[in-house]
Amino acid sequence: MSCIQTIADYGLRSIGIGERMLPRSDFTMCQQFTLIGSGMLWNLYFGILALLAGFFLATLLAVAKNSEQALFRKPAEWFIFVFRGSPLFIQFFLAYEAFAMLPRAGIPIFGITVATDWITRAWAGALVVLFFNTSAYAAEIFYGALRSVPKGDLEAADAYGMAGWTKFRRVTWPTMLRLGWPSYTNEAIFLFHATTLVFFSGFPAFRQEGDALYYAKYFADKTFNPFIPYPIAAFYFILLTLCVIAVFGLINRRLNRHIPQESRRRIRFRPQIIR
Amino acid sequence: MFESCSDPSALHGLSWMLCYLTTGKHLLFYGSFGIVLILLAITAPVALIFGFGGALAARSALWPFKLIGRGYIAMVRGVPDIIFFLFVPIAMDQGLEFLKSRAVCEDTSAPVWSNNEFHVCAAAKIPLGSSPQLYHEIYGFALAVIAFSVVYGAFAANVLYGAMQAVPRAQLETAEAYGMTRAQVNRRVLIPQMWAYAIPGLSNLWMILIKATPLLFLLGIEDIVYWARELGATKSQIYAFPHPDWRLYYFLVLLVFYLLMTKLSEIVLAKINRRIAFGQATAAGEALRKAGA
Repeated sequence: MSCIQTIADYGLRSIGIGERMLPRSDFTMCQQFTLIGSGMLWNLYFGILALLAGFFLATLLAVAKNSEQALFRKPAEWFIFVFRGSPLFIQFFLAYEAFAMLPRAGIPIFGITVATDWITRAWAGALVVLFFNTSAYAAEIFYGALRSVPKGDLEAADAYGMAGWTKFRRVTWPTMLRLGWPSYTNEAIFLFHATTLVFFSGFPAFRQEGDALYYAKYFADKTFNPFIPYPIAAFYFILLTLCVIAVFGLINRRLNRHIPQESRRRIRFRPQIIR
Repeated sequence: MFESCSDPSALHGLSWMLCYLTTGKHLLFYGSFGIVLILLAITAPVALIFGFGGALAARSALWPFKLIGRGYIAMVRGVPDIIFFLFVPIAMDQGLEFLKSRAVCEDTSAPVWSNNEFHVCAAAKIPLGSSPQLYHEIYGFALAVIAFSVVYGAFAANVLYGAMQAVPRAQLETAEAYGMTRAQVNRRVLIPQMWAYAIPGLSNLWMILIKATPLLFLLGIEDIVYWARELGATKSQIYAFPHPDWRLYYFLVLLVFYLLMTKLSEIVLAKINRRIAFGQATAAGEALRKAGA
């Protein structure tokens, strides 16, 4: 079987398109590269959607935590503490068990029965957990950035007669993003890494449709040779990490475009804020 | 455990619960919290040593050391730690058994990796197939500790390398001007001063390490996640203490345990940070000085 044929059969296997059976014997390098690469689709799906949705919730949480009113501050503080203070692995298990306890038949709301079975599936349930998790981590980063917005910038905004939403939209928020962006880049990298946990933590892989690490482990278990599949998965993740750094670097450049060249904050890998 | 628990079907309410929570398996569950603490107690110092070695190697003037150190630090940047947790124990296990097989097996002509199998002679198994179950468990745990130490050692190396770079260059130059060798400069000036810069990063690393401990479950260790799943699962009438699916509550207990660990660590680390910052020429040290004055 040629490699092109393998790619046609297994390239989209992780989302249920192509050959039904996974390879069982005579594993070739091509099969391993294709199937693990196919699994990366799930990592991308979880990572990108959780990041996009999490960005907005994180901003809200950061503003709420910075609020002077306890009504807003306390819930935000607790949310951030719970999701940052406990392991993601446990959160996955807990969420899965909680979702599985919802009535099978659905919940009747105003005469309409809302189905519940989809939330126990990885594509929805794990996404919810990752969304909350990254929101909490990013909120803490944005909160720190919000606290270090230069006083002069805010006074200048006041002097221009800006207040409320205008001031936030045009001064506070862009500065917050600019200050927090290097750390946020690291959070994005580690969120993508965290997506590998999904199929090891309660959420079952429906019809053997799993992520990159799921297939890497499949090959390692079948061949008893960890020295090929895991480095392949590692290779894909290094590529992904480089892509994340490139994209976030472009955004960083735009956020910093008004700053003199020398004093710009470069994106560095800073282990102080990893999860 | 208690005399009154001998017939569970006759129990109700609180006494049922008391007996249920003191069954032998529950005692093992409580013991597994100890496994988490042991893992932390062993891994933290070992990872710190690995990190120290990595950071010093990365700063070395000899390029092979430098390359190894830099490579080790860069390792965790691009690759998820879970891949290492799955890879390191099995790779170590096979590597050790391969080496042992070269030493003790009589017939070493057959390839070790063939036909999707890893095959060494019985004498080369670690631990030997005949050794007691406890040895197998200890060996599995040791491999897990090594995996954790390698991964978190790389994180620690990153922190320590950054901290060493942060020590003002003038301090090192002064030491050199006094005629100290490179090793003396490292020992007498660099390492004592670097802690102030390293502690925030290391504190964060400690928090990360705590949150990584449930991954022991993936390595097949009977840890708290294993017992929570085992004990929480639905128990039918054939069991002494039948109950519906309680896994949610067991995982809630684990969640609270980790939140408490985090909170406790935060408090202790804040104290340490204060102590270390005292008298240092950093922003935190300056704040302490002003508060005292």
